[in-house]
Order: sequence, then C-alpha cells, then structure tokens
Amino acid sequence: MWGCILKSDAELQVLDRDIILQTQAGLPLVAEPYQQIAAELGIETELLMQRIQVMQDDGRIRRIGAVPNHYRLGYTGNGMSVWDVPDDKVHELGEMIGALDYVSHCYHRPRFMPDWPYNLFAMVHGRSREEVLEKAQKIADLLGEHCRARDVLFSSRILKKTGIRIGG
Amino acid sequence: MNELNTVPSGEELDALDKRIINALQRSFPVCDHPFAVVAEELGTTEGELLSRLQRLREDKILTRFGPLYNADRFGGAVSLCAIAVPEDRFDAVAEQVNAFSQVAHNYQRTHVLNMWFVVATESWQELEDTLAAIESETGLPVRNMPKLHEFYVGLYFEI
Repeated sequence: MWGCILKSDAELQVLDRDIILQTQAGLPLVAEPYQQIAAELGIETELLMQRIQVMQDDGRIRRIGAVPNHYRLGYTGNGMSVWDVPDDKVHELGEMIGALDYVSHCYHRPRFMPDWPYNLFAMVHGRSREEVLEKAQKIADLLGEHCRARDVLFSSRILKKTGIRIGG
Repeated sequence: MNELNTVPSGEELDALDKRIINALQRSFPVCDHPFAVVAEELGTTEGELLSRLQRLREDKILTRFGPLYNADRFGGAVSLCAIAVPEDRFDAVAEQVNAFSQVAHNYQRTHVLNMWFVVATESWQELEDTLAAIESETGLPVRNMPKLHEFYVGLYFEI
C-alpha cells in the first residue's frame, strides 16, 4: 500500500507503471474517476493526482481526453503524405508542416533508396480523398523548391487497430 | 477487418455531443469532480455529461477516453514498418502479421508498399527480433522506419 509520504525514485517508477496499467484502457465514467482508480491501486487519491500531473508535465502523458473515431465523424479521407526534402532542411520544414491544422502526425523517418526517397511523413485528414489531395497540394506549395518528390498513400482497409499498450 | 467505406458518419450527433467531443479532445482536468467542472463549462450537468460519454463510447464514436501515454518515453520501442505484399497473398500475410501481439495497428495502403503497420515492444532488441520473425514467417522483407524526429502529434477533429 502506498501512503502519501515521499517515495524513492525506484518506488515512484513502479507506482507510475501501476498507474499506467490501470488507466491505459481509459478512465472510468463515474463522477469521481480518480478516487476509483486510487482505490483500485490502494493509494491515496492525492498521490494519484500528483503523479498524473507529474507525468503530464514531463510529457509521459501527452494529454488526458477523448480520442474520437475519425471515420465515424466523417473524416474518411485519411492520407499519409510523404515528402523528399533535403536533410539539412527537414527540421525547419517538419516544424512548419506539423503546425498545419489538418496534419495530425508529422515525423522525420529514414529513406530506403532507391525506391523510397521520402524522409518527411505527414498524416493529412479530410472528409474525402479529394480534400486530402487539395491539402497535400497546399503542403507542396509551402515546401516549394525543397520538395523533390512526393506521394500520398491512402488507407484502403484497417487490418488491425488494437493500439499501443505499455507494460504488456 | 473493416472496410473503411462501410463506416457511417457521425450525423446522429446533436450540438451538445459535438461540443463535448470537441472540448474533451483538448484537455480534461485532474481534480476531485472533473466531469462536474467540464459539465459546467459546457452548460450541462455532470449526470448528463457522463451518460452521453457512456453512449458515445458504446457507439464507438469515441475510441478512447483517458490519459494518452507517450509510449516512447517509457523505454519501449515503436516503429512504423512496411511490406510490399503480392496481391494474391495479401489476406494470408495480413493474418500472419496481425498474429504478432507487438503489432498495434495495421493498414492496407495504396502503394507497392501496401501493408503498413506499427510495432511496439519493450526494447529495440525485441523490435528487431519481432521484425526478423515476421520476415521469416512471411518470407517478405520488412522496411523498418522508426521516427528520427517527431515534429507534431495531436489528433484534433473539429466537428
């Protein structure tokens, strides 16, 4: 049982992992969700809320909130746009493209030459494939001369979607 | 396996549902009565908010509600991988790849590299081992494309 006293780093690591395992499937939809989780873990609610705050501040928790099924919300045209840009520009350009409101994920990834020259990935969302292609064109315009090759890969089927689980 | 075009759109949502979904994509408070705080901001009651969230989750409008963890801050390994699968073997290979518990998402995409999946493991060694096992089982080379830098991750769908 965890009390409200200061814990060692090792103990906090174990506690944080227990909190993750208890919450990664979601928060209970009850009036006092943190109290319920704390009771299940056998810890004080205040300690739980403090650890969640710490994990949110240091980036282990990106945010607390809802993830909608974007297909159900009408966003059925989802394209993985991929770009070949100069390596010495990829950071500057990645920050710019990642800031666009229709881009949900933006990463620098390795190329596979000769048939995969793309080093910048940006997921683009829209209500149709046409809308996604229009947005990809806007990205191409923003990249200008730095765009040496491009493609948009649409998802035609979801084969599996279980989500990433931490700690088994 | 889901055909994307058979999924209905969210037309059955009313104005309050939409405000709830938009608000809860941004943040959720950490306090004794978080749903009461959000309900007040949205001009509804705690009970109404909870019962709507229950319904939105049951109807799979929301796929998740809770803390969203950044997997690679926990010493684990995550990578995006792709395989060029011959069309006539596609479904069989999808079954082989999906059988690995380390495969979190898998999508068919419009390209010669037609299978794209995310592999998440406890370590980089386990990730390498998993990809080697997928290659040996399918007989197909796997392109391993771990992120070198993350510029932005933020799913937000204004509805």
